[in-house]
Amino acid sequence: MKSTSTWPEFLITRLIKASGYSAIVFVALIFYFLLNEGAPALFKTPLSSLLSTRWYPIENYFGLLPLISGSLIVTLGAALVAVPFGIGTAVFMSEIAPRWLREILKPLVEVLGGLPSVVLGFLGILLLAPFLRRALDLPTGLSALAGALLLGGIAVPTVVSVAEDALDSVPRSYRDAALALGATRWQTIWRVTLPAARSGVLTAVMLGIGRAIGETMAVMMVTGNAAVMPSLLALFHPARTMTATIAAEMGEVANGSLHYHVLFFIGIVLFLISLAINVTASAVVFRQKKRAERILS
Amino acid sequence: MATQSSSASRLATQRIGFSLMTLMTLLTVTPILLVVAYIVWQGAPAISVEFLTGFPREGMKAGGILPAIVGTFYLTLGTAVFAVPLGLGAAIYLSEYAPDNRWTRLIRLAIINLAGIPSVVYGLFGLGLFVLFLRFGTSILAASLTLSIMTLPVIISTAEEALRAVPQSFRVVSISLGATRWQTIRRIVLPQALPGILTGVILGLERAAGETAPILFTGAAFFLPRLPHSPLDATMALPYHLFVISTQVPGMPVEIQYGTALVLLVFVLGMNVIASVIRSRARAKRQW
Repeated sequence: MKSTSTWPEFLITRLIKASGYSAIVFVALIFYFLLNEGAPALFKTPLSSLLSTRWYPIENYFGLLPLISGSLIVTLGAALVAVPFGIGTAVFMSEIAPRWLREILKPLVEVLGGLPSVVLGFLGILLLAPFLRRALDLPTGLSALAGALLLGGIAVPTVVSVAEDALDSVPRSYRDAALALGATRWQTIWRVTLPAARSGVLTAVMLGIGRAIGETMAVMMVTGNAAVMPSLLALFHPARTMTATIAAEMGEVANGSLHYHVLFFIGIVLFLISLAINVTASAVVFRQKKRAERILS
Repeated sequence: MATQSSSASRLATQRIGFSLMTLMTLLTVTPILLVVAYIVWQGAPAISVEFLTGFPREGMKAGGILPAIVGTFYLTLGTAVFAVPLGLGAAIYLSEYAPDNRWTRLIRLAIINLAGIPSVVYGLFGLGLFVLFLRFGTSILAASLTLSIMTLPVIISTAEEALRAVPQSFRVVSISLGATRWQTIRRIVLPQALPGILTGVILGLERAAGETAPILFTGAAFFLPRLPHSPLDATMALPYHLFVISTQVPGMPVEIQYGTALVLLVFVLGMNVIASVIRSRARAKRQW
């Protein structure tokens, strides 16, 4: 710093630096409080009981497997919807659509990203579930399938925006070169642009899946909330995700009870999953950037 | 495969491929329009002066939703009070001060992680830290603090982008005229980046206003017969109210449900529209 800096300037610089570092502090605080409240679950109940297949808190059965598999089924179903539609829409917006159409589509997808999940859950109960029940002749439409479809819709904007950014950042010259060699636009997209944007598209898929695993309200409202081990046709039966379990049961437990600690323990699992996804996603982007720099230099 | 074939068949493949992508985009975008249109269509008849300014009656099956509207307004305001200064500070640090070193990378990684943490986990954290440890109780204060930490990554990344878009020459000229670094930021960089920052702030608050899971155990009340009087009171909120009347209250009249959904949608999408208007007007006026 130069000698002209006075004490208000010094103070403000310090405050700005502190708010910069606050992000690290918050991640640490979140992890600390989850651990503080969740770790006792491990001491108070044997790990084997947490890994059992019965979730029945009233009788002290805290098997997490039904919840974990519920989350997995719903999230995989959501990915099957969100990945093709998200990438398809991103390709259309970035490579096929004329500029004016793109300017209309972009804010529309943003609107989908901004819709509160509770509104989608509400429509899921009123419209989607009855429709699925009639169309597939199910005992109830409130099923893993309904959750997967809604979650797919919720994850789509994430996939679209990240994948579109990735496609956008592929240099113009790649496409020009492919076209000049006689490739059609479709071949250029399929064999040049998409492969060049591979790591960004992969990031889009991962972040979309992360969004789906963490989603709470819509899933809680439409999956029917039955904590049972999935069978062969699990998609058509009610299910219960980890997030929905926390949201549905935390309001009713006594602070400090075993049930309370186990719910926080599920929070730790969710936190670690999102940490793993985001660290991997940013590592992929980071490595790719370095490789690009090497090639270009 | 196609490389050997005639250009006619390659163009046919292209036509099929383009149609497929167009179809997928249509299937993605049309439901969004349908959802919004349907809620407006179904919810509009419920909107009346009594609905917007009255208290719920008869076990929430009649009357208005004023406490939920006011609650969501307070929560959004509270989130802004905490998240805007902190987020802006962090964005200024990252854009104007931070050296390119390991610590800065760690800050960025932390921000990415904050953005990815599930909303219900924020709820658990808020319960552990603000409600129980700091003894704020289930209150507007605890819920706003929880929401503001969740909102931080959106505000930081959009504000940083806006600050970085200001040309470097503006800073160089200001410094060369004898201004200090902070004077340069406050008088030159911030005013130029203001529209972008505002857009980011509004998008962040929009997300906070629509969230339910983080306030479930930190500040949301099932039903309150009066408006909250202090930041330490619990409050009703639009998203939580919609959750309650669509899952917890049997025999709820559908039009009140759709009416509540419509008010929430207007609140959230209204903020989205304001952000878009600010963004496009600033882009038109920009001198660089």
